[in-house]
Amino acid sequence: MNASNDAFVEFDRVQKSYDGETLVVKDLNLGIGKGEFLTMLGPSGSGKTTCLMMLAGFETATHGDIRLDGRPINSVPPHKRGIGMVFQNYALFPHMTVAENLAFPLQVRKMGKDEIETRVKRALDMVQMGDFGGRRPAQLSGGQQQRVAVARALVFDPELVLMDEPLGALDKQLREQMQFEIKHIHEQLGVTVVYVTHDQSEALTMSDRIAVFNDGRIQQLAPPPDLYERPENSFVAQFIGENNTLDATIAERDGEFVKVEFVDGSTGQALAVNCGGPGEKTRLSLRPERVTFAQPGEWGVAGKVKELIYLGDHIRVRMQVLGNNDFVVKVPNASRHATLSVGETASLSWVAEDCRALDAA
Amino acid sequence: MALQPYASTGQRIWYYTFRVLCGLILFFLIFPIIIIIPLSFNALPYFTFTPGMLALEADAYSLEHYRDFFYNDAWQQALWNSLSIAPAATLLSVSLGTLAAIGLSSGKMPFRGVVMAILISPMIVPLIISAAGMYFFYSRIGLQGTWFGVVLAHAALGVPFVIITVTATLVGFDRSLTRAAANMGAGPVRTFFKVQMPLILPGVISGGLFAFITSFDEVVVILFLGSAGEQTLPWRMFTGLREQISPSILAVATLLVSVSVILLVTLEILRRRSERLRGMSPG
Repeated sequence: MNASNDAFVEFDRVQKSYDGETLVVKDLNLGIGKGEFLTMLGPSGSGKTTCLMMLAGFETATHGDIRLDGRPINSVPPHKRGIGMVFQNYALFPHMTVAENLAFPLQVRKMGKDEIETRVKRALDMVQMGDFGGRRPAQLSGGQQQRVAVARALVFDPELVLMDEPLGALDKQLREQMQFEIKHIHEQLGVTVVYVTHDQSEALTMSDRIAVFNDGRIQQLAPPPDLYERPENSFVAQFIGENNTLDATIAERDGEFVKVEFVDGSTGQALAVNCGGPGEKTRLSLRPERVTFAQPGEWGVAGKVKELIYLGDHIRVRMQVLGNNDFVVKVPNASRHATLSVGETASLSWVAEDCRALDAA
Repeated sequence: MALQPYASTGQRIWYYTFRVLCGLILFFLIFPIIIIIPLSFNALPYFTFTPGMLALEADAYSLEHYRDFFYNDAWQQALWNSLSIAPAATLLSVSLGTLAAIGLSSGKMPFRGVVMAILISPMIVPLIISAAGMYFFYSRIGLQGTWFGVVLAHAALGVPFVIITVTATLVGFDRSLTRAAANMGAGPVRTFFKVQMPLILPGVISGGLFAFITSFDEVVVILFLGSAGEQTLPWRMFTGLREQISPSILAVATLLVSVSVILLVTLEILRRRSERLRGMSPG
């Protein structure tokens, strides 16, 4: 066991390059705790799948160490790592029945016939596929194949299970149902899960912690609420949830806060999160639900209503604010909500804590 | 495809011409093979229909030539030679061809085009040239005139068929299946036999069938490389035609055609059945 770190899975300064020139993964440091559900979230080409493949052993790290339970596994071939995996296209063996598919990893481990039968049955029951043992994968629907793939990845009791966008091929309703099922199985078994997805709502629903990937680096590693409420840079703010951005210049620092000057010369306050000193550019991030209409006499910035979208419980108002044409405000459909019409000008306000000054990416 | 009601005169003419042409092509391909079947039951030692045969007289037909084939030591020797050389050559070309196809299909293979071209070349180079080349080369290394030499040569001729059919099957093979197998703890050998092999089996079988028939029908290479001890059926038929013109050849030909047809039909049925069972056809 590595004395300096008690992480179950550990990436230590890992780099990966396919062509020897461009790095797909740049200096990755990540520790994953035992029993944790960690999601690697990011746009395609951000290096998240490459990281998963390195962990599974299908790709080798160009530089750095990957450790599993304290042991370096860089030179351990995939079939000796004992990691379960659910593939994007399920990768069920088409020439075997569901039960044979599940028995495969157990036969490899030379288990007895009776034990194999018990375990296969238990795993199939866990995903509510107990009656389908005799079917072939081609005779199952996408959702059923997905369950079998999950059962197969868990049947040999691995301590670590990797999932590579396992719900990508399912329709929305089934996807949401499977999210909960996978989450419940994770809670039940206490197995460590590393999950890769580009779907942020999936990541927010299921994870203990989310690592947001972009450009080969982890942009932020945090539990879902932190990620949404306290993004540390412009990329995360933009990638997770809905976000309004305003470009500004820092005028002066004031403890935790900064005074900023907008493009039209007006000023405001923001929380200093990830910005430079006076005179430097910053990008402010504001969640739509944290923007309110200013009371008369209160501080506010002028916005022009461009579009109103009625959504039942709330009304989405798209406004032009300080040069940003896509500034969105969510007005709750309460009994005394503000009545607005297109073309009207309104004064918008927010609490300085909700306005985060980030890097001007 | 039926003739459309709006077809022009030209289209109508072509519609019927096309059918006549297809009929002619099939006729010229199949008739020479069909015709030897009744001829092989000729009671007299001729290659033509006797007046008695045309009149469908029972005593104009006989199994004489079949008897000759089954009781003549030279024919029997040739049959057994063929039956020992063809399966050995098939086994060799299937093993090597399948491995080569898998290697050639992997993304990491350098000079894929060149290697593929070399392996396929026996199919393209005129047989007489391959045969002559093999003759001189095998004489040098002491393989000329041996059973093993003939097997090797026939295997080389069969390999391209196996490579082509297996490569075609591998195009549809999902590489994440081998990854999944590795992930579940199966080593490369187990993965190959339990996952990859069963799935590419239809291609391997087709390739093997072609390789078998290539060896079983081969007459040029065997004339160069075989000694009297390795006379195969085609060789014996060839010399028989040249030297004695015995209608036994017709009996042998009929038997060979029957065996080929039965083999092909059986394997095709087996292949389709396994494909259906394995749920290979998507959807």
